[in-house]
Amino acid sequence: MGYVVSKEAFDQVLQKLGEKYRLYAPVRKVGEGRFTDTDVVRYDFVNRLEDMELDAKSDYAFKEILTPLSQTLFFFTEGETKEADMDISDAIVFLRACDLHAVKSLDDIYLRNRFEDPFYKKIREHIKFALIGCASSFENCFCVDMGTNVAPDDYIFSIDAAGDQVKSAVCSDEVAEIFESISAKKEDVTPAHVTENPVHVEIPDQIPNSIFKSDIWDEYSSRCIGCGRCNIVCPTCTCFTMQDTFYSENGKVGERRRVAASCMINGYTNVAGGGQYRKSQGERMRFKVLHKISDHKKRFGHNMCVGCGRCDDVCPEYIKFSNIINKVDNAVEEEGR
Amino acid sequence: MMSQENIYVPFKSEILDVIKHTAKEYTFRMKFEGECRPGQFFEVSVPKFGEAPISISGIGDDFVDLTIRRVGTVTNEVFEHYKGQYLLMRGPYGNGFDTGLFTDGETVVVAGGTGVSPVRGVISALADSDTPEDKHVIVGFKSPDDMLFRADLKDWDAKLDLILTVDGAPEGYSGKVGLVTKYIPDLPLKDAGSAKAVVVGPPPMMRFSVKGLLEKGFKEENIWVSQERRMCCGLGKCGHCRIGDKYVCLDGPVFNYSVSKDMLD
Repeated sequence: MGYVVSKEAFDQVLQKLGEKYRLYAPVRKVGEGRFTDTDVVRYDFVNRLEDMELDAKSDYAFKEILTPLSQTLFFFTEGETKEADMDISDAIVFLRACDLHAVKSLDDIYLRNRFEDPFYKKIREHIKFALIGCASSFENCFCVDMGTNVAPDDYIFSIDAAGDQVKSAVCSDEVAEIFESISAKKEDVTPAHVTENPVHVEIPDQIPNSIFKSDIWDEYSSRCIGCGRCNIVCPTCTCFTMQDTFYSENGKVGERRRVAASCMINGYTNVAGGGQYRKSQGERMRFKVLHKISDHKKRFGHNMCVGCGRCDDVCPEYIKFSNIINKVDNAVEEEGR
Repeated sequence: MMSQENIYVPFKSEILDVIKHTAKEYTFRMKFEGECRPGQFFEVSVPKFGEAPISISGIGDDFVDLTIRRVGTVTNEVFEHYKGQYLLMRGPYGNGFDTGLFTDGETVVVAGGTGVSPVRGVISALADSDTPEDKHVIVGFKSPDDMLFRADLKDWDAKLDLILTVDGAPEGYSGKVGLVTKYIPDLPLKDAGSAKAVVVGPPPMMRFSVKGLLEKGFKEENIWVSQERRMCCGLGKCGHCRIGDKYVCLDGPVFNYSVSKDMLD
């Protein structure tokens, strides 16, 4: 089921949804990029269609609404602890097929890795997803080979904007009612999806432990500068570090936070007494890559990497994740020979 | 205590007693009632300084012992401000040792330094087992001054085959000197092929001890090790302790060697 409406009419739909939900979508921030006169596309709250950037890939993923970069867990007042209040108003997150696949990995870690995370769960229960159709591939994307080009079913409606029209596949009665209420034209709509990427990857079915000793990692010890940007833009990276902070005005009052952590940044594995694992950037790259294309799958049944290519877009050293995947594949193949 | 609504919020636990082993290592006897096993750990926190994973070194009806080594930000603070106080804790986390696996038949425990803490409960169970003569325990410390659990060492020595050694000692020291691995080849075992072993200590010590045990004829699946990693949450969320598809805080820290040998890092 779906509807085809004008952009103006679609804004009416958004307005009605906005009465109940906060709308969280990619937004172009003009001039806020990393370099002079560059833009950045990141998530923010929107009201209208024109607030959203639908023609470019977002530089940062949607995940911050679910796993904030810095999240206060509770407050200390001397010996007492008080759980932090959270913004848990209902929200609709607009994202592409690859990112909707990424939600599965976030859920794996926060809801299905033995314990349920109470903070994540509280927010997650109030989030619904709207699918942004992808008419064609962006640079560095490899969703087709990762099998994430077609969205999973858990979105309430989709949007494909072309010309003056917006086409929406609608999978929720609540949203259908809104379209009906503005007398939208009913039509069969299938969300657009990418069928061909310029970038291709091949992931080996089995990655033997001998890959740990492979020399493919060596080049990253010199190329990677360990800045951690790849982890921050990745829609499936979830690691955090606990951090206590106390207020300077009153040293007896403070809070415990968790802040995003990066396995590529020095210090990630430090243990008390000076112990450290994976000291070189090559080893850290191996740890990250194998997690994305093998280790998570062994535990949860599907790969973490969704082929969005954001890590490649952001890397200041022009390291391509897709290239590394193919190097792993070659190394495994050579081994088998 | 895990019934608490939010699993990240620590509970207050009274410090019942403090046993000073060395200048750097104290055992804190903490009030705690609940199920736990040797080899499991608590996240101990000092607001303002953070949390640190500490293994359980003793278990009683209404207490747990936490042996803390003063080596980091959190543990420094614990040592400074413990008198008549409480600590904030959450846990226990991790799998711990199944002590019952080791009380029958021949068992060897090789432990080094603070690695003795997580196996203290296992060794005590071996000492009190029906066949203490079949239990061989090699315990190593850096120097005579670094020895922990001196009262236990005396008790174990009386009951089972204890080899207490130090890496180095000042002249005139009458005890054994040498790395724990030195004593593995000469262990008086009846059948190494069916004997079980537990190895806990710094990573190089574990690596070479396991090697020695395998050379002695131990089967991989009869050896258990305990892994040490950074752990911020203990709940499988923070990611720091992951090795391959395993989370040390959830699936470990105790691993059978047949599993841990493939956990490369």
